[in-house]
Amino acid sequence: MRHAKKRLIVASVLAASLVASLAGCASAGTGTDGKNGELTLWTHNGGNTEELAAVQAVVDKYNASQDKTTVKVQAFPQSSYNDSVVAAAASGKLPCIVDIDGPNVPNWAWAKYLTPLDLSVDLDENLPSTLGKWNGDTYSVGYYDVALALFARTSVLEKAGIRVATIDEPWTKDEFDAALKALKADGTWDKPLDLGTADVGEWYPYAYSPLLQSFGGDLINRDDMQSADGALNGKKALEWAEWMQSLVTDGYVAPKSGADAALDLENNVSAIMLGGSWAAGKLSTALGDDLSVLPLPDLGEGVKIGGGSWQWGVTSGCADPEAAMDYLSFSLSPENIADVAKATATIPATDAAAALVPGFEEGGDLALFREFSKQFAELRPETPAYPFISSEFTKATQDILNGGDPQATLDKAVKAIDGNIKSNGGYTQK
Amino acid sequence: MALTQLPDAAASSPEQPAVVTVAGSGRRGTRSRRGGTTGGGRADGLSSRWSGRRRAGLGGWLLRLALAVVFAFPLLFMFVSSLKPDQQIFGDLSSVAAFLPIGNISFDNYAAVFDRVPAARFLINSIGISAITVLLGILVNSLAAFALSRMNMRGKSIILTLIIATLIVPFETLALPLVWWVNQLPSLTLDGFSLGFSKGWIDTYQVQIIPFIANAFSIYLFHQYFESIPKELDEAARMDGAGWFRIYRQVVMPLSGPAVATVAILTFLPAWNSYLWPLMVVQTEELRPVMVGVQYFFQLNVSWGEVMAYASLITLPVVALFIAFQRSFVNSIASSGVKG
Repeated sequence: MRHAKKRLIVASVLAASLVASLAGCASAGTGTDGKNGELTLWTHNGGNTEELAAVQAVVDKYNASQDKTTVKVQAFPQSSYNDSVVAAAASGKLPCIVDIDGPNVPNWAWAKYLTPLDLSVDLDENLPSTLGKWNGDTYSVGYYDVALALFARTSVLEKAGIRVATIDEPWTKDEFDAALKALKADGTWDKPLDLGTADVGEWYPYAYSPLLQSFGGDLINRDDMQSADGALNGKKALEWAEWMQSLVTDGYVAPKSGADAALDLENNVSAIMLGGSWAAGKLSTALGDDLSVLPLPDLGEGVKIGGGSWQWGVTSGCADPEAAMDYLSFSLSPENIADVAKATATIPATDAAAALVPGFEEGGDLALFREFSKQFAELRPETPAYPFISSEFTKATQDILNGGDPQATLDKAVKAIDGNIKSNGGYTQK
Repeated sequence: MALTQLPDAAASSPEQPAVVTVAGSGRRGTRSRRGGTTGGGRADGLSSRWSGRRRAGLGGWLLRLALAVVFAFPLLFMFVSSLKPDQQIFGDLSSVAAFLPIGNISFDNYAAVFDRVPAARFLINSIGISAITVLLGILVNSLAAFALSRMNMRGKSIILTLIIATLIVPFETLALPLVWWVNQLPSLTLDGFSLGFSKGWIDTYQVQIIPFIANAFSIYLFHQYFESIPKELDEAARMDGAGWFRIYRQVVMPLSGPAVATVAILTFLPAWNSYLWPLMVVQTEELRPVMVGVQYFFQLNVSWGEVMAYASLITLPVVALFIAFQRSFVNSIASSGVKG
């Protein structure tokens, strides 16, 4: 009996020391980041080998350029990055520098994760869609933006007698509808247009709310950002919803598309695809000269595409914000921006950087995307309510594509959005 | 020493009179024997059910074949696709070629996986985290179940009911309060040569292990299994001078192999599959488990072949473990009357 007890005690002590040693070998960081001249930078590039290497290169250059501050990169996979940041903010473990998806900036600024930028570079040079602003302050700046376009085979369009749209003369709504009808009649494609409907998430507001805006509707009344009534459920919005639904009922679009729109276009499963500039490289390799990159159709109020990609901000809990601002200012040199854009095939944020990236110079292959971004980009509403609006819009659009009553669905979304804004006191102060 | 032999003897042949002799009084002996035969009868029943199924004929075989197809084909698709380039995966989707390793086959995707993700590190982390969770889980939960099954105390059944009741609370509900809680816990740190305390378990290995050791379902499984082990064995052992811990260690646990195997697998699977929790509490890449690694492949341009290769890599240990423990796993599920 005594023997057994002794063993039990030994076992408990062993177990306890095991726990202690585990605690010992893990990094036990408490307190805020930025002390002792060490800054941590979080990025959404886990697994994105090219962009991560480009960011790491900028950081290495900065670390070598001075000896006061050392910046350390911590990468997270993109699809779980936001959750990681919100969890870290809840437990007071945010790093000094974070990566942010553009439309989330107002929400993170309002929640006091971020502090306004105070940089030594002139941000007026940047594409407007690469800056994250809220309440008159700039909270974030990006190295690049991305743009949306329609991708198709020139040979397919010509065979069906469809005009190749240009940036000065995009398709009108009637032209677009007629094109889809002709492609459907050809019989080669079960669903000629791939809108990427399987990609539920931020893709929905990013890709489809510009279509809504092209009709004349919007996600919210932008004058005071207090209500979506009239914008998201008015006459124009209803026209958009009915049109989206007709794309499905006429058999042009699948309510749930294939998992990879670019591969489906490559395999000739679809004829026209709505996609991002990031797919251009891959498609141009696969289709060569036959690839046509077209602007989105003008559905009434001009062509619109989404704006705002990943940007950088400094957290409010950072122990050494001056050092963090110094790093960001350093990182925004044209050479650094160009290096990141080259690695990621994205649109460089400044003209000076664009001149350094092959393809983006005047008349280059990729310059078209920069023009799309400059002329058509519409920012998603800059309000802390955006993450909520985004998920409501996604739900509503899915319902509409799957046959829900357009007016009732939009009214429901408006009610939910207005309720959320009210219950947060209008998101005016915190 | 007779006692040390006892569990093995009882395990190999439950009806051996040796049990009765040690147990002492005739009445207890009879009950013990009955306990023993029940165990045997259960095994007989099991084998007769199996032979019954064997006689089920063509219909039964077809049904089994259909079920095997349903469960095996996704795995087959995963492995076959991991050998193909992205464009071919999608090109083959509409034909039976999706399940055949034909066309442009290579291990390129596997090589690419290791370039994109620190896969070896993630695998080692997950193996370590899962193994420690399983080992400590078996120890702690069996001790708890042993106490509830064997010790004389009031309100045992109420405690057991309360423990089982916690099963209805989903983890997602507890996750946020748990994050707050683990962030308040102290941990021992070694700073140079001096020991110190720091607050918060966020971003450590133990935060991925400790909260998942105590498990209501494991306690319940052990408890049910312990109840089927005749109490006379304890009494015999006690007459030989054994204490509680010795009875636990040398009588009850050696007889509970199938329960241990079941708990091991049922603890291992969620530990291996854990995704939400490490996402919330682990920030350093070096500490991440395998499931978080899956997200590394979902970039703007998804590399589907690499997704399949990584999925194959991280499924392998689970399949291997299941095959290794299959027999005792099935036996335990069948004999403890716990379904699914």
